[in-house]
Amino acid sequence: MMLAPSPSTSQTVSRSVLLACGALLGFVAVGCKHGDSSEKPGDKAAAAAPAEIKIGQTMPYSGPASAYGTIGKVEAAYFQKVNKEGGVNGHSINLVSVDDGYNPAKAIEQVRKLVEQDQVSFIFQSLGTPSNVAIQPYLNTNKVPQLFVATGATRWNDPEHFPWTIGFNPSYELEGSTYGRYIATHQPGAKIAVLYQNDDYGKDLLKGLKAGLGDQAKSVIAEATYEVSDPTVDSQVATLKASGADTFVNVTTPKFAAQAIRKAYDIGWKPKQYLSSVSGSVGSVLTPAGLEKAVGINTVGYFKDPTDKQWDDDPAMKEWRAFMKESLPELSTSDQNNTYGYIAAQTMIQVLKQCGDDLSRANVMKQAASLKGFAPPLLLPGIALDTGPNDFSLFERLLLVRFNGTTFVPVADAAVVSK
Amino acid sequence: MVAGAFDRGIAGAQRDGVARRALSVATVVAIVAACAIPLWGSPYQVFQMTLVVIDAIALLGLNLLTGYGGQISLGHGAFFGVGAYTTAVLIHSWNVPYLLTLPCAGLVCLALGFVFGLPAVRLDGLHLALATFALGVVLPQVLKYKGIEAWTGGVQGISLEKPAVPFGLPLSPDQWLYCVALAVAAGLFALARNVMRGATGRVIVGVRDSPVAASSVGIDTALTKAATFGVSAMLTGIAGALSALVVQFVGPDSFTIFLSISLLVGIVVGGLASISGAVFGALFIQFVPNLADDVSKAAPSAVYGVVLIVSVYLMPYGVSGLLRKAKARAFAWIDARHSRSVTSQPTKPTKQGS
Repeated sequence: MMLAPSPSTSQTVSRSVLLACGALLGFVAVGCKHGDSSEKPGDKAAAAAPAEIKIGQTMPYSGPASAYGTIGKVEAAYFQKVNKEGGVNGHSINLVSVDDGYNPAKAIEQVRKLVEQDQVSFIFQSLGTPSNVAIQPYLNTNKVPQLFVATGATRWNDPEHFPWTIGFNPSYELEGSTYGRYIATHQPGAKIAVLYQNDDYGKDLLKGLKAGLGDQAKSVIAEATYEVSDPTVDSQVATLKASGADTFVNVTTPKFAAQAIRKAYDIGWKPKQYLSSVSGSVGSVLTPAGLEKAVGINTVGYFKDPTDKQWDDDPAMKEWRAFMKESLPELSTSDQNNTYGYIAAQTMIQVLKQCGDDLSRANVMKQAASLKGFAPPLLLPGIALDTGPNDFSLFERLLLVRFNGTTFVPVADAAVVSK
Repeated sequence: MVAGAFDRGIAGAQRDGVARRALSVATVVAIVAACAIPLWGSPYQVFQMTLVVIDAIALLGLNLLTGYGGQISLGHGAFFGVGAYTTAVLIHSWNVPYLLTLPCAGLVCLALGFVFGLPAVRLDGLHLALATFALGVVLPQVLKYKGIEAWTGGVQGISLEKPAVPFGLPLSPDQWLYCVALAVAAGLFALARNVMRGATGRVIVGVRDSPVAASSVGIDTALTKAATFGVSAMLTGIAGALSALVVQFVGPDSFTIFLSISLLVGIVVGGLASISGAVFGALFIQFVPNLADDVSKAAPSAVYGVVLIVSVYLMPYGVSGLLRKAKARAFAWIDARHSRSVTSQPTKPTKQGS
């Protein structure tokens, strides 16, 4: 490696410092100029009922979770489509979506920029639990709505402590308890092995599972964890098989889910399987794992999987495909994230419709907490979104579905689970 | 005054005198102006400039090791993270006054850096880079470890309250933190500058340039390297501690290996082995990623990469290297002008130098 010549005399150092100061000075001048033009606090923009509704968002467009960045693109495109069709109550929507690289520190910086400099009315669908945990205190202190957080952590449903934060995804606890109750009712005496990701996602789901099992929580006889950075989960699956379990709850993200399903099959372990909905995709998980190895796997669903052939003639799915082809031809129509973003954007539009002409932050928050039976057509039949002032969880229930070799079909004997 | 300096007629002394006088004036102006940002900037700009100041401190630490010491570290993000966590845990679990946590974080990182430095200095170049890389990769996992979750908050991290403004000063919390960061930075920059100008600085550079010669005149090269590593880690750790106060949140995902890499990028772009390089590097790592995101949502990393390649190609010695070169030319030009004006009008020298 080549290194710069070291300063040989004090003079050179002095000059460097001088220049540094000069550069700083120049920056100060620029900074001050900017400051003068944007001194107004963010709330004025929201209160003045502008013709344009400005919404902020952070997304991991770069970094380890950049595959999710596609959600932000779909949402921006959907809002543009709405704008072309006349906007919401005459207001056009401007989504300012910025990169946080899945880094919480960066997310705080970006959100402060969005609120204080870009003067967005509220934050919508910022992605990632760590980033949202980081920005939550700031947004709540400043009374800026943090709407439809794009993660399934249970903590977003806490109106008492965080009245300005509302989640979107069904909580992982709700999902876990759905499996727990089903197993308790239909498989009494099951011996359960759990593989979970060592973070909030895995832990919340495990907690829900045990809560759902109730007095049968002891039937969880083996638990194994993995880190997102692990190359494989092969050894964990082997350990779980060795425990003698007859039921396998697989709480993993897509790459690991496919590995675990394949490994279990290859080493001759044939338990009843419950797969976290995060990985409940035919196209991105079961196909790479091997469809014949995945027959009989249960998961919960709440929206239609674009890779599931049973929805090919569904009007909502056709509408979504047409939208994708028209607005975002470069994005995949087999990526569930693109369906998800579409549904989230539709939900946002519904809230804004309910707001009428009162687009104050308080009213936006109030309307987000007043969804009554709103059912975007891409949700599975029987599922609708409901919120209330003391209930910030969108989903009342989830559907248990089972893979039959080609598609996920609702499990007939599954009682629907309310939250 | 200027005329008096020129009258001495020795080019070097003239240049030195002018530069020094200009320096003191510019320094005072710059410090006053820098302190004034919080009074006019929006809260976000204050916050962002605070981050720049913090990054500059972190880069100052890395520059000590990489620029002056010639040792490449791909793991300085870990020391940044340890510093941040030290502050967060002390405040959150033990209610330690926040200003007191800064030296604590510094000491923890000093010790950690020194201990890590002792065996690591036996490794050269690429091997040391790999060893430090391991440090950077390991930290986020260690922070998630269950055994210490009671203090670190595990994957959830720790949220902190914003420190209150003391003595009823008419400042917002953002402005107060900015002043704190600025004061810490001023102290550390002055310290680093004085150390690098003195005997210790020469020892560090000597060990870098010729370890054999250095040891033959009685310098303990291993100790020097380990101490440099420790002090470097300390500075970066203090920066991390400040960042915990300013960002009000620490989490394992805040201190991934990418942080270490962007610190290294910052110091190379800013200028290795120069004190001012840290400031330019900090501006780069703070603003270029945002710029890249503005240019392209589809591939911000690609834009970042292009900017990086262009800067390294056009400024092989970093921004401060480029400025040093420009300045040398400017002084050469002034000297040339002066010698002309001295011959034509010996009693009325020009004033370009001031």
